[in-house]
Amino acid sequence: MMLRAILVLLACALPVSAQEATAPAAAEQIVADLSRDDVDITTSFDGSDIIIYGAIKREQPIPQDAPLDVIVTVEGPARAVTVRHKERRLGIWVNTGKVSVASAPNFYVVATTRPLAKILYQDEDYRFRISVPLAIRAFSGAAEVDDVVPYTEALVRLREANDLYRLDDGAVTLAEQTLFRADVRLPANLIEGLYATRIFLLRDGRVIDTFRAPIEVRKVGLERWLYRLALEKPFLYGIMSLALAIAAGWGASAAFRQLQRR
Amino acid sequence: MQIYLPIAEVVVNAFTLVGLGGIVGLMSGLFGVGGGFLITPLLFFIGIPPAIAVATGANQVVASSFSGVLAHVKRKTVDFRMGWVLLAGGLVGSSCGVILFNMLSRLGQVDLVVQLCYVLFLGLIGAMMLQESLRALHRAKRSGPVKPMRRNQHGWVHRWPLKVKFRASGLYISAIPVLMVGCAVGVLGAIMGVGGGFIMVPAMIYLLGMPTKVVIGTSLFQITFLSAYTTLMHAIFSNTVDIMLAVLLIVGGVIGAQIGTSFGARLRAEQLRILLALLVLSVCGRLALDLFLKPDDLFSLTPGVIG
Repeated sequence: MMLRAILVLLACALPVSAQEATAPAAAEQIVADLSRDDVDITTSFDGSDIIIYGAIKREQPIPQDAPLDVIVTVEGPARAVTVRHKERRLGIWVNTGKVSVASAPNFYVVATTRPLAKILYQDEDYRFRISVPLAIRAFSGAAEVDDVVPYTEALVRLREANDLYRLDDGAVTLAEQTLFRADVRLPANLIEGLYATRIFLLRDGRVIDTFRAPIEVRKVGLERWLYRLALEKPFLYGIMSLALAIAAGWGASAAFRQLQRR
Repeated sequence: MQIYLPIAEVVVNAFTLVGLGGIVGLMSGLFGVGGGFLITPLLFFIGIPPAIAVATGANQVVASSFSGVLAHVKRKTVDFRMGWVLLAGGLVGSSCGVILFNMLSRLGQVDLVVQLCYVLFLGLIGAMMLQESLRALHRAKRSGPVKPMRRNQHGWVHRWPLKVKFRASGLYISAIPVLMVGCAVGVLGAIMGVGGGFIMVPAMIYLLGMPTKVVIGTSLFQITFLSAYTTLMHAIFSNTVDIMLAVLLIVGGVIGAQIGTSFGARLRAEQLRILLALLVLSVCGRLALDLFLKPDDLFSLTPGVIG
């Protein structure tokens, strides 16, 4: 596990420090790992718990003047989604307005050591896109409605109601300003793809270091075989579905005839 | 027991699905309707994405109606010739319906059209059937023995050319109105995402004048093929058939269909029609409420980019 932690660190630390070169040369750095970096979706899959843990590496003694905080985010693959709004027209409820969001993660969770608003400046939030509403990225085409805000709010609200978007204030535990740990529950309704884990280290509301690691979620076994077949050989898959239906229909009919004869 | 569906990408309870399949199978065996108008809204309700619900519902209908057909073939209550002619019309209608559906979705508001179609047709057919069968039951009670239903022996449909003898139905009528009924039901079925049995059954009774006993088996026969065609089209062009979901629904469905068929044999035709009418009316009422009552959340999410 330790060796893998170092490898993951090596693989991730380089691009991260290149990408966010604007962050001040960190006197404190994140060393972290995940309890697992792949999740297999089997037929009986009902969610998965991932522990994201690590330590803060520093050369100097712990600075005492500014509070230290950690934010962990896990973001699922982005997909397009359309938000529609109903209004009453001629006595019936009709979809009137719609906003197409080209890219919104299907899963997004933010875990923090303390309430997000208290530990993160808003400009830093915008820069790193940390809080839940900022996870929704692009709108497709020209907006057909005057005000997009209620639509994006509704998207977040509906996804939160389904446990797909979540803000867990205080879900990250930080010990001795050095060791931290976050338990993130991935729900059962997962889709396949690469899930991005990000860890932000904050001092006084500013991000001083970031860390990224991917989690691969994929279907395995029967799930994978059926999924592939449906996409790659749809005709065969369709015939198979029908054959199954016919066989089941015939089987039940034959079985009941046997029962009635007795 | 929770189960992950590979195409729908959601987790559902396996027993709930078997139960749903069973209820719909029971309807199918009892009334000769495929049950699509029940299964599709029920699947929406438990959180299956609409496109998957429509396509997989069609697959389930294949199994339950095939099971039902076999039972009816045994009792010799299927008019095969009538079934084939209806099917020919149905395939044409269904293809036209898919094209019409795509046109409507480009215009937007396809959901509203579908919902209005449901409320209108279910309401109309339900009310007609209820009124007719109540009257028949009342008559039967007053005059003791059941009189055969007076059929529209010399209506307009009987004067057209291309006459065909449909022996099992005891009819000698033109094939043209039969094709037209098949086609019209096919169009509506494709738009509404159902097999169309609930429109087909009353159309056969009231427009073509077929005897109720033969109607159910023949309707099931035609529905089996039409929904097999729909399933295949969905599997090929939209990859929306979830075989795992289908298997669970089918297990419940085939058992329900057998029970339904043997119940149906013991009930009188008028009683069967009253029950079907009440069922159709209650689904209609439920859908109408959705149109008129203020929804819980005015906003809704649909995967993908629309229009």
